[in-house]
Amino acid sequence: MSMANFTVPTVTNSVGANETLTEKVTVKDLDFFYGDHRALKNINVSLYHGKVTAFIGPSGCGKSTLLRILNRMYDLYPNQRATGTVRLDNDNILSPSQDLNLLRAKVGMVFQKPTPFPMTIYENIAFGIRLYEKLPKSELDDRVKHALARAALWDEVKDKLGANGQSLSGGQQQRLCIARTVAVRPEVILFDEPCSALDPISTAKIEELIDELKEDYTIAIVTHNMQQAARVSDFTAFMYLGELVEYGDTTKIFTTPNDRRTQDYITGRFG
Amino acid sequence: MATLISGASSPLYAARRRKNAITMTLAYAATGFGLIWLALILIVLFWQGFSGLSLAVFTQMTPPPGSAGGLLNPIMGSLVMTIIAVVIGTPLGMLAGTYMAEYGRYDKLSSVVRFINDILLSAPSIVIGLFVYEIMVAQMGHFSGWAGAVALAVIVVPVVVRTTEDMLTLLPDTLREAAASIGLPRSLMIQKVAYRAARAGMITGVLLAVARISGETAPLLFTALNNQFWSTNMNAPVSSLPVVIFQFALSPYKDWQNLAWTGALIITLAVLALSIVARFLGGQSKKS
Repeated sequence: MSMANFTVPTVTNSVGANETLTEKVTVKDLDFFYGDHRALKNINVSLYHGKVTAFIGPSGCGKSTLLRILNRMYDLYPNQRATGTVRLDNDNILSPSQDLNLLRAKVGMVFQKPTPFPMTIYENIAFGIRLYEKLPKSELDDRVKHALARAALWDEVKDKLGANGQSLSGGQQQRLCIARTVAVRPEVILFDEPCSALDPISTAKIEELIDELKEDYTIAIVTHNMQQAARVSDFTAFMYLGELVEYGDTTKIFTTPNDRRTQDYITGRFG
Repeated sequence: MATLISGASSPLYAARRRKNAITMTLAYAATGFGLIWLALILIVLFWQGFSGLSLAVFTQMTPPPGSAGGLLNPIMGSLVMTIIAVVIGTPLGMLAGTYMAEYGRYDKLSSVVRFINDILLSAPSIVIGLFVYEIMVAQMGHFSGWAGAVALAVIVVPVVVRTTEDMLTLLPDTLREAAASIGLPRSLMIQKVAYRAARAGMITGVLLAVARISGETAPLLFTALNNQFWSTNMNAPVSSLPVVIFQFALSPYKDWQNLAWTGALIITLAVLALSIVARFLGGQSKKS
Protein backbone atom coordinates (compact mmCIF):
# COMPACT_ATOMS: atom_id res chain seq x y z
CA MET A 1 0.00 0.00 0.00
CA SER A 2 1.02 3.62 0.12
CA MET A 3 3.81 5.01 2.19
CA ALA A 4 1.30 6.75 4.44
CA ASN A 5 0.53 3.46 6.11
CA PHE A 6 4.02 3.27 7.39
CA THR A 7 4.40 6.80 8.61
CA VAL A 8 4.29 7.21 12.31
CA PRO A 9 1.63 9.78 13.22
CA THR A 10 2.88 13.10 14.47
CA VAL A 11 2.47 13.55 18.16
CA THR A 12 1.39 16.99 19.27
CA ASN A 13 1.05 16.62 23.00
CA SER A 14 3.83 15.60 25.25
CA VAL A 15 4.20 15.20 28.96
CA GLY A 16 6.89 17.33 30.52
CA ALA A 17 9.56 15.43 32.41
CA ASN A 18 9.16 17.32 35.66
CA GLU A 19 5.41 17.46 35.70
CA THR A 20 3.64 15.94 38.70
CA LEU A 21 0.72 13.78 37.75
CA THR A 22 -2.41 13.23 39.82
CA GLU A 23 -3.92 9.81 39.41
CA LYS A 24 -7.68 10.13 39.02
CA VAL A 25 -8.66 6.65 37.94
CA THR A 26 -6.61 3.59 38.73
CA VAL A 27 -7.39 0.26 37.15
CA LYS A 28 -5.81 -2.72 38.86
CA ASP A 29 -5.85 -6.41 37.90
CA LEU A 30 -9.04 -5.94 35.96
CA ASP A 31 -10.72 -8.84 34.21
CA PHE A 32 -13.99 -8.63 32.35
CA PHE A 33 -16.37 -11.34 31.28
CA TYR A 34 -19.19 -11.49 28.76
CA GLY A 35 -20.83 -14.63 30.12
CA ASP A 36 -17.95 -17.10 30.10
CA HIS A 37 -15.87 -15.19 27.61
CA ARG A 38 -12.97 -13.36 29.18
CA ALA A 39 -12.83 -10.16 27.18
CA LEU A 40 -10.28 -8.28 29.27
CA LYS A 41 -7.25 -9.87 30.84
CA ASN A 42 -5.46 -8.43 33.80
CA ILE A 43 -5.61 -4.75 32.85
CA ASN A 44 -3.56 -2.23 34.81
CA VAL A 45 -3.72 1.40 33.80
CA SER A 46 -4.12 4.88 35.25
CA LEU A 47 -5.87 8.00 34.04
CA TYR A 48 -4.43 11.32 35.15
CA HIS A 49 -6.19 14.54 35.93
CA GLY A 50 -5.77 17.14 33.22
CA LYS A 51 -4.53 14.57 30.74
CA VAL A 52 -6.00 12.73 27.80
CA THR A 53 -5.42 9.01 27.63
CA ALA A 54 -6.08 7.29 24.32
CA PHE A 55 -6.95 3.63 23.94
CA ILE A 56 -6.01 2.22 20.57
CA GLY A 57 -6.03 -1.23 19.10
CA PRO A 58 -7.76 -3.31 16.46
CA SER A 59 -11.51 -3.96 16.55
CA GLY A 60 -12.54 -6.36 19.28
CA CYS A 61 -9.44 -5.77 21.38
CA GLY A 62 -11.52 -4.65 24.35
CA LYS A 63 -10.87 -0.93 24.38
CA SER A 64 -14.56 0.04 24.38
CA THR A 65 -15.24 -2.67 26.94
CA LEU A 66 -12.61 -1.14 29.19
CA LEU A 67 -14.12 2.33 28.78
CA ARG A 68 -17.59 1.02 29.63
CA ILE A 69 -16.28 -0.38 32.90
CA LEU A 70 -15.15 3.03 34.06
CA ASN A 71 -18.76 4.23 34.39
CA ARG A 72 -20.15 0.72 34.84
CA MET A 73 -22.25 1.05 31.72
CA TYR A 74 -22.02 -2.72 31.39
CA ASP A 75 -24.32 -2.98 34.41
CA LEU A 76 -27.26 -2.26 32.12
CA TYR A 77 -26.88 -5.71 30.62
CA PRO A 78 -27.09 -9.18 32.09
CA ASN A 79 -24.25 -11.70 32.27
CA GLN A 80 -21.48 -9.14 32.20
CA ARG A 81 -19.11 -8.80 35.13
CA ALA A 82 -15.82 -7.25 36.07
CA THR A 83 -13.30 -8.42 38.67
CA GLY A 84 -10.35 -6.52 40.08
CA THR A 85 -10.45 -2.93 41.23
CA VAL A 86 -11.10 0.38 39.55
CA ARG A 87 -10.47 3.31 41.85
CA LEU A 88 -11.95 6.72 41.22
CA ASP A 89 -9.99 8.87 43.65
CA ASN A 90 -10.15 6.48 46.59
CA ASP A 91 -13.38 4.59 46.00
CA ASN A 92 -13.53 1.24 44.31
CA ILE A 93 -16.27 1.80 41.77
CA LEU A 94 -16.64 -1.92 41.15
CA SER A 95 -17.91 -2.42 44.68
CA PRO A 96 -21.55 -3.56 44.72
CA SER A 97 -22.44 -0.71 47.05
CA GLN A 98 -21.36 1.89 44.49
CA ASP A 99 -24.28 4.16 43.60
CA LEU A 100 -24.35 3.92 39.81
CA ASN A 101 -26.18 7.16 39.15
CA LEU A 102 -23.75 9.14 41.26
CA LEU A 103 -20.83 7.38 39.57
CA ARG A 104 -22.15 8.24 36.13
CA ALA A 105 -22.70 11.83 37.15
CA LYS A 106 -18.99 11.94 37.99
CA VAL A 107 -17.86 9.92 34.99
CA GLY A 108 -19.58 11.21 31.87
CA MET A 109 -19.58 9.51 28.51
CA VAL A 110 -19.81 10.56 24.88
CA PHE A 111 -20.75 7.84 22.43
CA GLN A 112 -19.83 6.82 18.93
CA LYS A 113 -23.19 7.81 17.51
CA PRO A 114 -24.55 11.15 18.64
CA THR A 115 -27.45 10.45 20.99
CA PRO A 116 -29.41 13.63 21.65
CA PHE A 117 -32.56 13.09 23.67
CA PRO A 118 -35.89 13.58 21.86
CA MET A 119 -36.38 17.06 23.27
CA THR A 120 -35.34 20.63 22.59
CA ILE A 121 -31.70 21.70 22.51
CA TYR A 122 -32.22 23.63 25.73
CA GLU A 123 -33.91 20.70 27.44
CA ASN A 124 -31.17 18.31 26.35
CA ILE A 125 -28.79 20.27 28.54
CA ALA A 126 -31.12 21.49 31.29
CA PHE A 127 -32.44 17.98 31.84
CA GLY A 128 -29.17 16.67 33.26
CA ILE A 129 -28.60 19.76 35.40
CA ARG A 130 -32.06 19.51 36.98
CA LEU A 131 -31.33 15.96 38.05
CA TYR A 132 -28.89 17.17 40.66
CA GLU A 133 -29.65 20.81 41.28
CA LYS A 134 -32.71 22.93 41.75
CA LEU A 135 -31.85 26.24 40.13
CA PRO A 136 -33.84 29.38 39.43
CA LYS A 137 -34.58 29.90 35.74
CA SER A 138 -31.95 32.55 35.15
CA GLU A 139 -29.21 30.47 36.70
CA LEU A 140 -30.30 27.43 34.74
CA ASP A 141 -30.19 29.50 31.57
CA ASP A 142 -26.63 30.49 32.42
CA ARG A 143 -25.59 26.92 33.02
CA VAL A 144 -27.12 25.79 29.72
CA LYS A 145 -25.39 28.61 27.92
CA HIS A 146 -22.10 27.85 29.61
CA ALA A 147 -22.29 24.14 28.73
CA LEU A 148 -23.14 24.90 25.11
CA ALA A 149 -20.33 27.44 24.94
CA ARG A 150 -17.96 24.92 26.45
CA ALA A 151 -18.87 22.50 23.67
CA ALA A 152 -18.34 25.24 21.03
CA LEU A 153 -21.98 25.03 20.03
CA TRP A 154 -23.51 28.15 21.56
CA ASP A 155 -23.02 30.44 18.58
CA GLU A 156 -24.65 27.95 16.25
CA VAL A 157 -27.73 27.25 18.37
CA LYS A 158 -28.31 30.34 20.50
CA ASP A 159 -31.20 31.44 18.25
CA LYS A 160 -32.90 28.07 18.15
CA LEU A 161 -32.68 26.65 21.66
CA GLY A 162 -36.29 25.55 21.30
CA ALA A 163 -35.56 23.40 18.25
CA ASN A 164 -35.43 19.64 18.58
CA GLY A 165 -31.96 18.37 19.39
CA GLN A 166 -32.32 15.73 16.74
CA SER A 167 -32.73 18.35 14.05
CA LEU A 168 -29.07 19.35 14.30
CA SER A 169 -26.34 18.01 12.01
CA GLY A 170 -24.31 15.01 13.12
CA GLY A 171 -21.34 17.07 14.25
CA GLN A 172 -23.57 19.52 16.09
CA GLN A 173 -25.44 16.65 17.73
CA GLN A 174 -22.16 15.23 18.98
CA ARG A 175 -21.18 18.60 20.44
CA LEU A 176 -24.65 18.80 22.00
CA CYS A 177 -23.92 15.47 23.65
CA ILE A 178 -20.59 16.80 24.91
CA ALA A 179 -22.39 19.86 26.28
CA ARG A 180 -24.93 17.60 27.95
CA THR A 181 -22.12 15.64 29.55
CA VAL A 182 -20.24 18.74 30.66
CA ALA A 183 -23.42 20.31 32.10
CA VAL A 184 -23.67 17.62 34.76
CA ARG A 185 -20.18 18.70 35.95
CA PRO A 186 -18.37 15.38 35.74
CA GLU A 187 -14.78 14.84 36.79
CA VAL A 188 -13.95 12.27 34.15
CA ILE A 189 -15.18 12.22 30.55
CA LEU A 190 -15.05 9.05 28.48
CA PHE A 191 -15.13 9.40 24.70
CA ASP A 192 -16.03 6.20 22.87
CA GLU A 193 -14.95 6.76 19.25
CA PRO A 194 -16.61 10.18 19.30
CA CYS A 195 -15.67 11.08 15.74
CA SER A 196 -16.15 7.87 13.84
CA ALA A 197 -19.54 8.99 12.52
CA LEU A 198 -18.39 12.53 11.71
CA ASP A 199 -16.88 14.34 8.75
CA PRO A 200 -13.31 15.71 8.97
CA ILE A 201 -14.35 19.26 9.82
CA SER A 202 -16.60 18.15 12.68
CA THR A 203 -13.85 15.78 13.77
CA ALA A 204 -11.35 18.62 13.95
CA LYS A 205 -13.80 20.62 16.07
CA ILE A 206 -14.29 17.76 18.50
CA GLU A 207 -10.55 17.21 18.80
CA GLU A 208 -10.01 20.88 19.49
CA LEU A 209 -12.70 20.65 22.11
CA ILE A 210 -11.09 17.69 23.82
CA ASP A 211 -7.88 19.65 23.96
CA GLU A 212 -9.66 22.55 25.66
CA LEU A 213 -11.63 20.35 28.04
CA LYS A 214 -8.65 18.43 29.34
CA GLU A 215 -7.52 21.27 31.59
CA ASP A 216 -10.48 20.67 33.85
CA TYR A 217 -11.19 17.00 33.42
CA THR A 218 -9.67 13.60 33.23
CA ILE A 219 -10.27 12.35 29.72
CA ALA A 220 -10.16 8.91 28.16
CA ILE A 221 -10.75 8.39 24.46
CA VAL A 222 -11.16 5.21 22.48
CA THR A 223 -10.31 5.64 18.86
CA HIS A 224 -9.66 3.66 15.72
CA ASN A 225 -7.80 6.53 14.26
CA MET A 226 -4.16 6.53 15.26
CA GLN A 227 -3.56 10.02 13.95
CA GLN A 228 -6.33 11.14 16.24
CA ALA A 229 -4.76 9.38 19.21
CA ALA A 230 -1.45 11.00 18.40
CA ARG A 231 -3.04 14.42 18.04
CA VAL A 232 -5.20 14.54 21.14
CA SER A 233 -3.64 12.33 23.77
CA ASP A 234 -0.91 12.67 26.36
CA PHE A 235 -0.85 8.97 27.16
CA THR A 236 -1.63 6.07 24.92
CA ALA A 237 -2.55 2.52 25.76
CA PHE A 238 -2.30 -0.10 23.05
CA MET A 239 -4.64 -3.05 23.50
CA TYR A 240 -4.68 -6.30 21.67
CA LEU A 241 -6.89 -9.38 22.16
CA GLY A 242 -8.13 -8.24 25.55
CA GLU A 243 -4.72 -7.39 26.90
CA LEU A 244 -3.12 -4.08 27.50
CA VAL A 245 0.09 -4.55 25.57
CA GLU A 246 1.76 -1.27 26.21
CA TYR A 247 0.93 1.94 27.97
CA GLY A 248 2.85 5.14 28.29
CA ASP A 249 3.61 8.62 27.09
CA THR A 250 2.02 9.10 23.66
CA THR A 251 5.30 10.32 22.16
CA LYS A 252 7.06 7.23 23.35
CA ILE A 253 4.37 4.82 22.18
CA PHE A 254 4.35 6.37 18.74
CA THR A 255 8.10 6.73 18.30
CA THR A 256 9.88 4.07 20.33
CA PRO A 257 7.41 1.44 21.45
CA ASN A 258 8.80 -1.44 23.48
CA ASP A 259 6.55 -4.13 22.13
CA ARG A 260 6.77 -5.54 18.64
CA ARG A 261 2.93 -5.67 18.38
CA THR A 262 2.60 -1.98 19.19
CA GLN A 263 5.23 -1.19 16.60
CA ASP A 264 3.37 -3.24 13.98
CA TYR A 265 0.03 -1.68 14.79
CA ILE A 266 1.09 1.95 14.75
CA THR A 267 2.98 1.51 11.52
CA GLY A 268 -0.12 -0.01 9.95
CA ARG A 269 1.19 -3.51 9.46
CA PHE A 270 -2.00 -4.96 10.92
CA GLY A 271 -5.27 -3.91 12.47
CA MET B 1 -11.16 -17.95 -25.16
CA ALA B 2 -14.42 -17.85 -23.32
CA THR B 3 -17.39 -16.40 -25.13
CA LEU B 4 -18.96 -13.50 -23.34
CA ILE B 5 -22.73 -13.61 -23.14
CA SER B 6 -24.26 -10.26 -22.41
CA GLY B 7 -26.53 -10.38 -19.38
CA ALA B 8 -29.72 -9.43 -21.16
CA SER B 9 -29.60 -12.20 -23.75
CA SER B 10 -28.55 -14.95 -21.35
CA PRO B 11 -31.15 -17.74 -21.18
CA LEU B 12 -30.95 -17.72 -17.39
CA TYR B 13 -31.84 -14.06 -17.29
CA ALA B 14 -34.74 -14.51 -19.72
CA ALA B 15 -36.16 -17.27 -17.52
CA ARG B 16 -35.87 -15.02 -14.50
CA ARG B 17 -37.74 -12.27 -16.31
CA ARG B 18 -40.54 -14.66 -17.21
CA LYS B 19 -40.82 -15.85 -13.63
CA ASN B 20 -40.87 -12.26 -12.46
CA ALA B 21 -43.69 -11.39 -14.86
CA ILE B 22 -45.78 -14.36 -13.75
CA THR B 23 -45.23 -13.66 -10.05
CA MET B 24 -46.03 -9.99 -10.43
CA THR B 25 -49.27 -10.82 -12.27
CA LEU B 26 -50.29 -13.21 -9.50
CA ALA B 27 -49.44 -10.65 -6.85
CA TYR B 28 -51.51 -7.96 -8.56
CA ALA B 29 -54.40 -10.39 -9.04
CA ALA B 30 -54.34 -11.33 -5.35
CA THR B 31 -54.26 -7.68 -4.31
CA GLY B 32 -57.09 -6.87 -6.68
CA PHE B 33 -59.16 -9.77 -5.39
CA GLY B 34 -58.82 -8.51 -1.83
CA LEU B 35 -59.51 -4.90 -2.73
CA ILE B 36 -62.65 -5.73 -4.72
CA TRP B 37 -64.42 -7.05 -1.63
CA LEU B 38 -63.32 -4.12 0.44
CA ALA B 39 -64.58 -1.74 -2.24
CA LEU B 40 -67.88 -3.59 -2.54
CA ILE B 41 -68.42 -3.51 1.20
CA LEU B 42 -67.71 0.21 1.36
CA ILE B 43 -69.87 1.00 -1.68
CA VAL B 44 -72.84 -0.95 -0.34
CA LEU B 45 -72.34 0.60 3.08
CA PHE B 46 -72.33 4.12 1.69
CA TRP B 47 -75.20 3.34 -0.67
CA GLN B 48 -77.41 2.00 2.08
CA GLY B 49 -76.25 4.06 5.01
CA PHE B 50 -75.54 7.50 3.64
CA SER B 51 -79.16 8.45 2.97
CA GLY B 52 -79.95 7.78 6.62
CA LEU B 53 -77.31 10.17 7.92
CA SER B 54 -79.12 13.14 9.42
CA LEU B 55 -79.12 15.26 12.52
CA ALA B 56 -81.86 13.05 13.94
CA VAL B 57 -79.50 10.09 14.00
CA PHE B 58 -77.29 11.93 16.47
CA THR B 59 -80.06 13.54 18.54
CA GLN B 60 -82.84 10.99 18.91
CA MET B 61 -83.19 7.68 20.69
CA THR B 62 -83.62 4.33 19.01
CA PRO B 63 -87.26 4.17 17.95
CA PRO B 64 -89.82 1.40 18.19
CA PRO B 65 -90.49 -0.13 14.77
CA GLY B 66 -92.51 2.13 12.53
CA SER B 67 -91.64 5.48 14.08
CA ALA B 68 -88.85 7.95 13.53
CA GLY B 69 -85.76 7.96 15.68
CA GLY B 70 -82.00 7.98 15.80
CA LEU B 71 -79.01 6.32 17.36
CA LEU B 72 -78.14 8.72 20.15
CA ASN B 73 -78.29 6.19 22.99
CA PRO B 74 -76.13 3.55 21.27
CA ILE B 75 -73.66 6.21 20.11
CA MET B 76 -73.37 7.53 23.65
CA GLY B 77 -73.18 4.03 25.08
CA SER B 78 -70.43 3.04 22.68
CA LEU B 79 -68.51 6.24 23.38
CA VAL B 80 -68.74 5.91 27.15
CA MET B 81 -67.85 2.22 27.23
CA THR B 82 -64.98 2.73 24.80
CA ILE B 83 -63.60 5.59 26.85
CA ILE B 84 -63.81 3.60 30.08
CA ALA B 85 -62.24 0.58 28.39
CA VAL B 86 -59.34 2.70 27.17
CA VAL B 87 -58.96 4.37 30.56
CA ILE B 88 -58.75 0.96 32.22
CA GLY B 89 -56.79 -0.85 29.53
CA THR B 90 -54.20 1.70 28.47
CA PRO B 91 -52.32 2.15 31.76
CA LEU B 92 -52.38 -1.59 32.40
CA GLY B 93 -51.10 -2.32 28.92
CA MET B 94 -48.45 0.38 28.99
CA LEU B 95 -47.16 -0.69 32.38
CA ALA B 96 -46.93 -4.33 31.32
CA GLY B 97 -45.31 -3.39 28.01
CA THR B 98 -42.86 -1.14 29.82
CA TYR B 99 -41.94 -3.92 32.22
CA MET B 100 -41.29 -6.30 29.35
CA ALA B 101 -39.24 -3.87 27.28
CA GLU B 102 -37.32 -2.09 30.01
CA TYR B 103 -37.12 -3.87 33.35
CA GLY B 104 -37.70 -7.48 32.47
CA ARG B 105 -36.17 -7.59 29.02
CA TYR B 106 -33.87 -10.44 29.94
CA ASP B 107 -36.21 -12.17 32.39
CA LYS B 108 -38.00 -15.41 31.81
CA LEU B 109 -41.20 -13.83 33.13
CA SER B 110 -41.22 -11.49 30.14
CA SER B 111 -41.25 -14.30 27.62
CA VAL B 112 -44.04 -16.00 29.54
CA VAL B 113 -46.08 -12.80 29.65
CA ARG B 114 -45.38 -12.16 25.96
CA PHE B 115 -46.58 -15.65 25.05
CA ILE B 116 -49.78 -15.31 27.06
CA ASN B 117 -50.35 -11.83 25.73
CA ASP B 118 -50.09 -13.10 22.16
CA ILE B 119 -52.75 -15.70 22.92
CA LEU B 120 -54.98 -13.05 24.46
CA LEU B 121 -54.38 -10.86 21.43
CA SER B 122 -55.87 -13.45 19.12
CA ALA B 123 -58.51 -14.79 21.51
CA PRO B 124 -62.01 -14.76 19.97
CA SER B 125 -63.83 -11.80 21.44
CA ILE B 126 -66.88 -13.91 22.20
CA VAL B 127 -64.77 -15.89 24.65
CA ILE B 128 -63.82 -12.65 26.36
CA GLY B 129 -67.52 -11.74 26.48
CA LEU B 130 -68.37 -15.04 28.13
CA PHE B 131 -65.51 -14.65 30.57
CA VAL B 132 -66.70 -11.25 31.72
CA TYR B 133 -70.25 -12.57 31.82
CA GLU B 134 -69.08 -15.19 34.31
CA ILE B 135 -67.02 -12.92 36.52
CA MET B 136 -69.25 -9.84 36.47
CA VAL B 137 -72.73 -10.30 35.03
CA ALA B 138 -73.39 -13.64 36.73
CA GLN B 139 -72.01 -12.35 40.04
CA MET B 140 -73.93 -9.08 39.97
CA GLY B 141 -77.04 -10.72 38.68
CA HIS B 142 -77.64 -8.27 35.84
CA PHE B 143 -76.10 -6.94 32.66
CA SER B 144 -74.30 -3.61 32.97
CA GLY B 145 -72.31 -0.99 31.18
CA TRP B 146 -69.42 -1.64 33.53
CA ALA B 147 -69.26 -5.26 32.43
CA GLY B 148 -69.27 -4.11 28.81
CA ALA B 149 -66.46 -1.67 29.43
CA VAL B 150 -64.42 -4.31 31.25
CA ALA B 151 -64.89 -6.78 28.38
CA LEU B 152 -63.65 -4.14 25.95
CA ALA B 153 -60.75 -3.30 28.28
CA VAL B 154 -59.69 -6.95 28.21
CA ILE B 155 -59.41 -6.57 24.43
CA VAL B 156 -57.52 -3.28 24.73
CA VAL B 157 -54.86 -4.55 27.13
CA PRO B 158 -53.03 -7.04 24.87
CA VAL B 159 -53.00 -4.62 21.93
CA VAL B 160 -51.46 -1.88 24.06
CA VAL B 161 -49.01 -4.29 25.73
CA ARG B 162 -47.79 -5.42 22.37
CA THR B 163 -47.38 -2.01 20.75
CA THR B 164 -45.81 -0.50 23.87
CA GLU B 165 -43.26 -3.29 24.11
CA ASP B 166 -42.53 -3.19 20.39
CA MET B 167 -42.11 0.56 20.28
CA LEU B 168 -39.82 0.63 23.33
CA THR B 169 -37.78 -2.31 22.07
CA LEU B 170 -37.26 -0.49 18.77
CA LEU B 171 -35.48 2.37 20.54
CA PRO B 172 -31.73 2.05 20.19
CA ASP B 173 -29.83 0.93 23.29
CA THR B 174 -27.56 3.91 22.77
CA LEU B 175 -30.41 6.17 23.87
CA ARG B 176 -30.71 4.25 27.14
CA GLU B 177 -26.95 4.31 27.59
CA ALA B 178 -26.86 8.04 26.90
CA ALA B 179 -29.52 8.57 29.55
CA ALA B 180 -27.64 6.37 32.01
CA SER B 181 -24.40 8.18 31.21
CA ILE B 182 -25.59 11.40 32.81
CA GLY B 183 -26.72 9.50 35.88
CA LEU B 184 -30.38 9.28 35.01
CA PRO B 185 -32.15 6.58 37.06
CA ARG B 186 -33.95 4.02 34.95
CA SER B 187 -37.42 5.14 36.02
CA LEU B 188 -36.72 8.69 34.85
CA MET B 189 -35.06 7.44 31.69
CA ILE B 190 -38.26 5.61 30.83
CA GLN B 191 -40.58 8.52 31.63
CA LYS B 192 -38.57 11.37 30.18
CA VAL B 193 -36.59 9.80 27.38
CA ALA B 194 -37.98 6.46 26.24
CA TYR B 195 -41.68 7.39 26.37
CA ARG B 196 -40.92 10.61 24.59
CA ALA B 197 -39.04 8.87 21.82
CA ALA B 198 -41.67 6.16 21.45
CA ARG B 199 -44.67 8.40 22.01
CA ALA B 200 -46.08 8.40 18.48
CA GLY B 201 -45.95 4.63 18.21
CA MET B 202 -47.52 4.13 21.61
CA ILE B 203 -50.39 6.49 20.84
CA THR B 204 -50.88 4.68 17.54
CA GLY B 205 -51.23 1.45 19.52
CA VAL B 206 -53.98 2.93 21.66
CA LEU B 207 -55.80 4.26 18.60
CA LEU B 208 -55.60 0.86 16.96
CA ALA B 209 -57.05 -0.66 20.11
CA VAL B 210 -59.91 1.85 19.99
CA ALA B 211 -60.53 1.01 16.35
CA ARG B 212 -60.55 -2.65 17.26
CA ILE B 213 -63.09 -2.38 20.09
CA SER B 214 -65.39 0.09 18.42
CA GLY B 215 -66.73 -2.64 16.17
CA GLU B 216 -66.86 -5.44 18.73
CA THR B 217 -70.32 -6.95 19.17
CA ALA B 218 -69.84 -10.35 20.76
CA PRO B 219 -68.28 -9.23 24.07
CA LEU B 220 -71.03 -6.63 24.52
CA LEU B 221 -73.91 -9.02 23.85
CA PHE B 222 -73.00 -10.93 26.99
CA THR B 223 -72.15 -7.95 29.16
CA ALA B 224 -73.74 -4.59 28.41
CA LEU B 225 -76.58 -6.19 26.47
CA ASN B 226 -78.67 -3.35 25.09
CA ASN B 227 -80.97 -0.59 26.18
CA GLN B 228 -83.69 1.00 24.11
CA PHE B 229 -83.76 4.09 26.24
CA TRP B 230 -81.45 6.87 27.22
CA SER B 231 -79.45 5.67 30.19
CA THR B 232 -76.30 6.97 31.75
CA ASN B 233 -76.43 4.40 34.51
CA MET B 234 -73.40 2.18 34.02
CA ASN B 235 -74.87 -0.32 36.49
CA ALA B 236 -77.72 -1.00 34.09
CA PRO B 237 -77.67 -2.45 30.59
CA VAL B 238 -76.22 0.05 28.12
CA SER B 239 -76.87 0.35 24.44
CA SER B 240 -74.03 0.24 21.95
CA LEU B 241 -73.75 0.71 18.21
CA PRO B 242 -72.54 -2.79 17.29
CA VAL B 243 -75.27 -4.49 19.31
CA VAL B 244 -77.99 -2.18 17.93
CA ILE B 245 -76.74 -2.84 14.40
CA PHE B 246 -76.85 -6.56 15.14
CA GLN B 247 -80.39 -6.36 16.51
CA PHE B 248 -81.80 -3.92 13.94
CA ALA B 249 -80.20 -5.58 10.94
CA LEU B 250 -81.75 -8.92 11.88
CA SER B 251 -85.18 -7.37 12.44
CA PRO B 252 -87.91 -7.56 9.78
CA TYR B 253 -88.57 -3.80 9.94
CA LYS B 254 -87.33 -1.67 7.06
CA ASP B 255 -86.69 1.48 9.15
CA TRP B 256 -84.66 -0.47 11.74
CA GLN B 257 -82.63 -2.02 8.94
CA ASN B 258 -81.92 1.43 7.54
CA LEU B 259 -80.78 2.67 10.94
CA ALA B 260 -78.48 -0.38 11.17
CA TRP B 261 -76.87 0.59 7.87
CA THR B 262 -76.42 4.14 9.06
CA GLY B 263 -74.91 2.93 12.34
CA ALA B 264 -72.51 0.68 10.45
CA LEU B 265 -71.47 3.61 8.30
CA ILE B 266 -70.87 5.77 11.40
CA ILE B 267 -68.62 3.12 12.98
CA THR B 268 -66.74 2.63 9.72
CA LEU B 269 -66.14 6.35 9.30
CA ALA B 270 -65.04 6.68 12.92
CA VAL B 271 -62.59 3.78 12.56
CA LEU B 272 -61.36 5.23 9.26
CA ALA B 273 -60.75 8.58 10.94
CA LEU B 274 -58.86 6.89 13.79
CA SER B 275 -56.75 4.89 11.34
CA ILE B 276 -55.84 8.04 9.45
CA VAL B 277 -54.82 9.74 12.69
CA ALA B 278 -52.80 6.64 13.65
CA ARG B 279 -51.14 6.63 10.22
CA PHE B 280 -50.34 10.28 10.52
CA LEU B 281 -48.74 9.85 13.95
CA GLY B 282 -46.88 6.73 12.83
CA GLY B 283 -45.53 8.53 9.78
CA GLN B 284 -44.38 11.39 11.95
CA SER B 285 -42.40 9.13 14.23
CA LYS B 286 -40.61 7.59 11.26
CA LYS B 287 -39.49 10.98 10.03
CA SER B 288 -38.02 12.21 13.27
